[in-house]
Amino acid sequence: MRIANLTHGSLYMLGAYLGVTVLRYVPNLWLAALVGGCTTAVAGGLLERLILRRLGTNVLGQVLVTLGISFIVADLCLILWGGDPIPVPTPPALQQPLRIAGFMFPAYRLVVVAIAIVTAIGLYFLMERTRLGAMIRAGVDDMQMARAVGIPVSRLFTTVFCLGAALAGAGGVIGGPIMSAYPGLDADMLPLALIVVMLGGVGSLLGAFVGSFIIGAVYTFGIALLPDLAYVILFLPMIFVIAFRPRGLFGRHAV
Amino acid sequence: MTFNRRRFVQATGALGLASALPIHAQAGSMRLGLMTVKTGPLASGGIDMERALVQYLKEHSNTLAGRKVDLFVGDSGGVPAQSRTKTQELVERDKIQVMIGPLDTASALATDDYIRSAQLLTLSVAAAEDMTQRKPNPWFTRGTSTSSQCSMPLADYCAKTLKMKRMAVIADDIAYGHEMCAGFMRVFEDAGGKVVQRMFPPLTVPDYGTYLAQLKTNVDGIFLGFAGSNGFRFLRQMNEYGLIKKITPVGGMTALDEAVLRNMGDEALGIVTSCWYSAEIENPINQKFVSGFRNDWKYDPGFYAAATYTEAAVLDATLQAIKGNIEDKAAFMKTVRSVKVDTCRGPVQFDQYGNVVGNIYIRKVERKDGRLVNRVIHTYPNVSQFWTYKPEEFLKNPVYSRDFPPYKNLES
Repeated sequence: MRIANLTHGSLYMLGAYLGVTVLRYVPNLWLAALVGGCTTAVAGGLLERLILRRLGTNVLGQVLVTLGISFIVADLCLILWGGDPIPVPTPPALQQPLRIAGFMFPAYRLVVVAIAIVTAIGLYFLMERTRLGAMIRAGVDDMQMARAVGIPVSRLFTTVFCLGAALAGAGGVIGGPIMSAYPGLDADMLPLALIVVMLGGVGSLLGAFVGSFIIGAVYTFGIALLPDLAYVILFLPMIFVIAFRPRGLFGRHAV
Repeated sequence: MTFNRRRFVQATGALGLASALPIHAQAGSMRLGLMTVKTGPLASGGIDMERALVQYLKEHSNTLAGRKVDLFVGDSGGVPAQSRTKTQELVERDKIQVMIGPLDTASALATDDYIRSAQLLTLSVAAAEDMTQRKPNPWFTRGTSTSSQCSMPLADYCAKTLKMKRMAVIADDIAYGHEMCAGFMRVFEDAGGKVVQRMFPPLTVPDYGTYLAQLKTNVDGIFLGFAGSNGFRFLRQMNEYGLIKKITPVGGMTALDEAVLRNMGDEALGIVTSCWYSAEIENPINQKFVSGFRNDWKYDPGFYAAATYTEAAVLDATLQAIKGNIEDKAAFMKTVRSVKVDTCRGPVQFDQYGNVVGNIYIRKVERKDGRLVNRVIHTYPNVSQFWTYKPEEFLKNPVYSRDFPPYKNLES
C-alpha cells in the first residue's frame, strides 16, 4: 500500500458522529459501531479508488490531498452535526466502575481493551495465517511480481483500505463513550496513530502492536511522573527510535 | 493568455476601483464588524455569536442610534494569525468602524497591536487579563469578564458558603486556564482554604484517565477551569471513574456553559459554577433575548451568544450617548467607559481600564422542563476585575499565571 493517509483521524471522527446518529434511533452501541464501520469503509473505498489511486507513489501528493480531505471532512461534520460536543452513552451494563484490588476501574474501558486485543489477534491471523494475507503481503512487497502471478493487487488494495477505514470508523464509535464526538476529535487522534506507526515501523502489524503499548505506557506514566513534559512526552520515544532505527522498531526494508 | 505586468496592473486597478465604489454609495450607514469563528473546533461559540448579534440587530430594525447598520462577519477558524489577517481585511477592505470580537484570548493578543495602530474601536469577548490591566489597550473594551473575574467570587463562595477547606484545581494548560486557577487559589486561600493539588493538562489531551487516576480523594472539591468540550469530557470521565460523588466539582465560567449543558446527562445535576451570565437570569431584557433565541434556534443561549448580545447593547447605548457620531473615535472610547447599560446579564459599566464591572452569578445545574439549566442561586453584585483587592496593589503584582501567585500548599 505505502499510502501516507492523514484522513485516518477524520474517518475516526466520522465514525463517532455516525455512531451518534445511529444511537438516536437504536440504542445499541455495537450496532452503531457496525454501521459506523461499514459507512466509513465505503468512504475509504471511494477515497482510495477515486483520488489516491491517481496519485500513484507520489507521497507528497498523498499527504497534501489527504490533509485537505481531512479539513473538508471536519467542516462537513461541523455543518451536519454542529459544533457542540455530543456524548455517546455508555452501554447501561458497563456504566458502574469495577473495584479491583482497591482500585477503581471504569468497566467500559476494560471492555475496550479486550476489543482491541481481539482485533489485534484477528488482524495478525488475517495477515500471517491466511491466503488473503499472503497475497496482501506479496502485493505490498513487489506489486509487479504479484500481478505477474495473477494476484488482483488493485482490488486487494482497495479492500485493505476499506478494512482500515472500517476499523477507524468502528473505533470512533467504540471510543465514543470515553471521548464523545466533538469538532477537533480528528486532530486529537491522528497524531497518536501516526506516532504509533512510525515508532513500530511502517508495514508491520507487530510494530503497531508494540508501538501502541510503548506509547500508551510512556504517555500515561510520563504525564503522572513528569507533568510539565506533557507536550513532548509523546514525541520523545519517537525521536529516539527514528534517530537510531529510521524504519521504526519492526519496519521492513523496502524492496 | 499571458499574464504580464501591464495586464496585472490593469486588473488590480480595476479590482481596486470596483471594491472602492460601493463604499461611497453607503455613506450615512454604520459599518459594524463581527470577528468570530465559524469553522474549526471553536465554531460552536462563534456561530452563536453571529446568531445573537443578528437577533439584536433584527430586534432594533437594523438601526442603532438612528444609523442603519451594515454587518460584516469575519471567520478566523480559531487561528490567531488568521484572526489578525481577517481583522485587517475587515478594517481595510470592508471599512468597518467598530468591531465586536475576537472570540478567543490568543486571537485578541495577536490582534492587539493592529487594534492600536488602526485605532479600531473594539468590544471584545476574549478574556486576556492584561489587555485591561497592566497593558491596557486604549481602543479595547470587554463586556464579559477577565479570566479570573468569575473564578474569584466562586472561590469566595466555596470557602464561605460551601465550607470547603481543601481543594484541587484543574484547567487547560493555556493562559486562560492559568489565570482562572490563580485567581481562584488566591481568593480561596485568603479565605482560609488550601489548594493542595493543581493539574494543567494540555489543551488537546483526548483522554483525562491519567489525570483522574492521580486526583487526590481526600479533597472537598475540585475547581474545573476548562473551556469548550474539555470540561464536558472531563466530567463524563470523572463520572465513569465513580469520582463525581466523592469529590464535589465546581466550575469556572466556561466549564458548564449552556452550549455544553444541552448535551449532558444527569452527571451534571447539582454542579455549581460561576459566570457573568445564565440563561435563567430573571430580567426583562434577558427573558426577551432567551425566548427569541430559543424560538429561532431551539436551544438556550450561552456564554458566547450572551456576550455578543451584551456587547451589542453596550455599543447601542454608547452610540445613543454620542448621538450616533461613531466617526469621533476618542469620544466613543471616552463614553464607553462611562455609560451604564442594562443588558441581558444585568446592569454593566466599565472601569478606567476598559473592563466591565457587573454581576457575577453562582449557578447550580438543575432540570427544568426536561432540559438542564443553570439556575442562579447567588449573585455577587458589581464585581470588578480586581475582586475586593485594591486596583493599584493588584496591578503592582505580576499578571496571574502558572506560578503567580505561588501555590504554597501543594501536597505531592
